[in-house]
Amino acid sequence: MDIHEYQAKDILKSFGVAVPDGALAYSPEQAAYRARELGGDRWVVKAQVHAGGRGKAGGVKLCSSDHEILDVTSDMFGMKLVTHQTGPAGKGVYRVYVEAATAFEREIYLGFVLDRTTQRVMIVASGEGGMEIEDISATKPDSIVRSTVEPAVGLRDFQAREIAFALGIPAAMTQQMVRTLQGCYRAFTELDATMVEINPLVITADSRIMALDAKMTFDGNAMFRHPQISELRDKSQEDPREARAADRGLSYIGLTGNIGCIVNGAGLAMATMDTIKLAGGEPANFLDIGGGATPERVAKAFKLVTSDKNVQAVLVNIFAGINRCDWVAEGVVQALRAEPVDVPVVVRLAGTNVEEGLKILAKSGLPIIRATTLMEAAQRAVTAWKNDMAQNTKVRAVK
Amino acid sequence: MTIFIDRDTRVIVQGITGRIAQFHTQEMVEYGTLVVGGVVPGKGGETVHGVPVFNTVKEAVAATGANASIVFVPPPFAADSIMEAADGGIRYCVCVTDGIPAQDMIRVKRYMMRYPREKRMVLTGPNCAGTISPGKSLLGIMPGHIYLPGNVGIVGRSGTLGYEAAQQLKDLGIGVSTSVGIGGDPINGSSFRDVLEAFEADPETEIVCMIGEIGGPQEAEAAEYIQKHMTKPVVAYIAGLTAPKGRTMGHAGAIISAFGESASEKVEILSEAGVTVAENPSVIGETVARVLRRKAA
Repeated sequence: MDIHEYQAKDILKSFGVAVPDGALAYSPEQAAYRARELGGDRWVVKAQVHAGGRGKAGGVKLCSSDHEILDVTSDMFGMKLVTHQTGPAGKGVYRVYVEAATAFEREIYLGFVLDRTTQRVMIVASGEGGMEIEDISATKPDSIVRSTVEPAVGLRDFQAREIAFALGIPAAMTQQMVRTLQGCYRAFTELDATMVEINPLVITADSRIMALDAKMTFDGNAMFRHPQISELRDKSQEDPREARAADRGLSYIGLTGNIGCIVNGAGLAMATMDTIKLAGGEPANFLDIGGGATPERVAKAFKLVTSDKNVQAVLVNIFAGINRCDWVAEGVVQALRAEPVDVPVVVRLAGTNVEEGLKILAKSGLPIIRATTLMEAAQRAVTAWKNDMAQNTKVRAVK
Repeated sequence: MTIFIDRDTRVIVQGITGRIAQFHTQEMVEYGTLVVGGVVPGKGGETVHGVPVFNTVKEAVAATGANASIVFVPPPFAADSIMEAADGGIRYCVCVTDGIPAQDMIRVKRYMMRYPREKRMVLTGPNCAGTISPGKSLLGIMPGHIYLPGNVGIVGRSGTLGYEAAQQLKDLGIGVSTSVGIGGDPINGSSFRDVLEAFEADPETEIVCMIGEIGGPQEAEAAEYIQKHMTKPVVAYIAGLTAPKGRTMGHAGAIISAFGESASEKVEILSEAGVTVAENPSVIGETVARVLRRKAA
């Protein structure tokens, strides 16, 4: 789960990390007013979206008057900010953060991640801040300092000092850096984060270490013990279909193709998408309906998949393990009777009671295309989609 | 002896009174697994499908001589149960539970290290379908009837994709020595490499079929091990060629966040290590059969 920059800064501040004074605004007038409350004569106005790369996309502006803040934020509010992390649809700007501008001398990159090789928390830092970590590792890999944390004792001060010295932080500021690193680590572990990124962490003109940006991602599996973090969820930053699916216990990710997929199991769902591609089509989505493909679940899945206007064929691929294919087939038939769909539907069943399942599909009289292997199913879905498209074009031509 | 479990493995079910655990306990008993007990704090003295329930793992081990466990405990409490198994003298543990916080798993892994290697529990999962040695023992939630006994070792992250492979092998008359699910989580008990090492040492396994997916470094680590240390042939399939970068595809661990974590990069790394990679999931069985024929020739 992602949160906004201002929320991450609030959290980190409560763990002892220094951040600039700032205030949140929901309108241009409020932004101007908040800037005056903050005082000073230069402010940074930052669009709050769940994505990095905001600066290049026009989501971060330096302002030096009320009028400028009004002008800049009038453009920002309601815009869809498109960065390299948002995809072409962009993310809506509904909140703006106003901060006192900070003069700084050095920029540092600081990240905390779950390292899957050591299976521990890893600190990644570089003196080449201000750049994306991907770019740093591509152009200045030697500048990167890494340190893993022993979970039984947590981050030790000596490790934090090692990082500070490796980054060339002035000796007089070592203790500040240790406090910053310890604060981030405590926030990471106590709140079940999966990522904390401060880019840049700066050394200010008056020798303070301060987080100018902050990004935190949390472990969705741990939110049961952090209700105060769950409350920070902002659905305006999520794909509406994915959010709806998640609320219904389905794991769905929208893609750009036109063959919708309904599959049980995440691995099999990915394999199904891949096979569609190999057969010459493009998957419209990832969808794992999980174990126990009840008629209700299958019906929900159909509704979700076909609500995507790009979907021109549906491929159902179920490997019935503990389930039985005859039950799954009943589910598909019931779902299609209750909510008929106007695109070709290909069903591939495998596993327990597959013959009975296929019989149920055949007997239903519904125009369901059957397939035995996954490859065959994908090929039939692609062919059905192409035929259907050709026919539709003809119909439209006659009209 | 097959890897991890055998005919005489004595199993306890942690969280046995839950609906799903009860169902799978029955399935395991019917398959022939020696389910000797269950553990649910506060329900000691009850029975589930004729299986006695104990309050703690230590009590269960003392009373039944259990040496393996399967965990069905809900996510908030599952890590604690795994640690209890490790402390209670259990040697092999499968954790089926999906949704355990990653930091809990970091602590579990650290906790297991407090035991010397010869006393340390082996954990597979969490978020996995379990382990089966066909005809001998089933410690998981997979349908037993899709596995023929034989000499192919299967190791994979995904449950249903593993079933797909087992079914294809069965259709070709090829059997399985042991199939191990390592689960879809980013922090897991055993890696591909750990299980490959066990298969390499297992006289009943002739060839290994490895089913990976996007995300994480474990397929690349496996490739390095295969190239340097493995004498047995390995066939692989990697799911997620069409998965977009930076999105979590169902499994918490299935996310491309670094170089080498995409399906095409993993396929390349494995191919370079001498692994035969099946190009689509419908030909996993055929590919294993082809490599077996080549090996026999």
